[in-house]
Amino acid sequence: MEAKPTHVRLEPLLWILFSAGGVVAAFLIPVHLFLQGLAFPLGWAKAADYSSIAELVAHPLVRVYLFVLCSVPLFHFAHRIRYTLYDGLQIKHLNEVIALCCYGSAVVGTLVAGFLLWNIH
Amino acid sequence: MKSTSAPTPYTLNHPRWYRKRVSTYWWFQRPEYLRFVLREVSSVFVAYFVVLTLLQVYMLSRGPLAYGNFLNLLKNPFVIAWNVISLLFVVFHSITWFNLAARAMVVRVGGKRVPGVLISGSNYAAWLVVSAVVAWFLLRG
Repeated sequence: MEAKPTHVRLEPLLWILFSAGGVVAAFLIPVHLFLQGLAFPLGWAKAADYSSIAELVAHPLVRVYLFVLCSVPLFHFAHRIRYTLYDGLQIKHLNEVIALCCYGSAVVGTLVAGFLLWNIH
Repeated sequence: MKSTSAPTPYTLNHPRWYRKRVSTYWWFQRPEYLRFVLREVSSVFVAYFVVLTLLQVYMLSRGPLAYGNFLNLLKNPFVIAWNVISLLFVVFHSITWFNLAARAMVVRVGGKRVPGVLISGSNYAAWLVVSAVVAWFLLRG
């Protein structure tokens, strides 16, 4: 009975993160994935060379951008896959474990992103 | 007839309701269900993109040689194929998200509700602009 209200208060925050991540993913990921994952490796477009990419990523605003690009979509993923596993596979008895793994991986990913982007010179 | 009997005593052993068992593969049964599940699965590819991007940042921080190795990995045919699939899913997410925005957002101008086509249309237009800006940053060498 003690743990229930905390859970209820956490849910809106998780939903907001899910929603924000959905927006960020919808607007930004396709162009990034198309260029970095297909157009550059296949030679359809020429990527900037190492030094200019490194210079670009070192810019504080670009680092903030990359942090947002990586962090909130992870919470979007966590929320979606949590409920898909919950409904889709009918494994309601594993609810707590699934929620912990999903949001936990998003938190870990966010920490890794923060660490990597903070330490770029 | 006189109703003299006491109200039915509460039984601890509540009867189980009859519920038809839903197949684990219910999402294969109708195209709409499958589309719903594919939309949800698109989030896996969103997560993949984040992992790929973080790997790229990490390799970038390790110097030109490590970064070159990473770029060579991206040229692997299996990675290319996986990225094609990922791109399809991610674009599917964008389309479903913008179409949903038309239903989720109720915008009123002058007391009248703005039609959904206009809302999703402006989302698509913004998507184009945002993509062009990102591409400009990534392409200028």
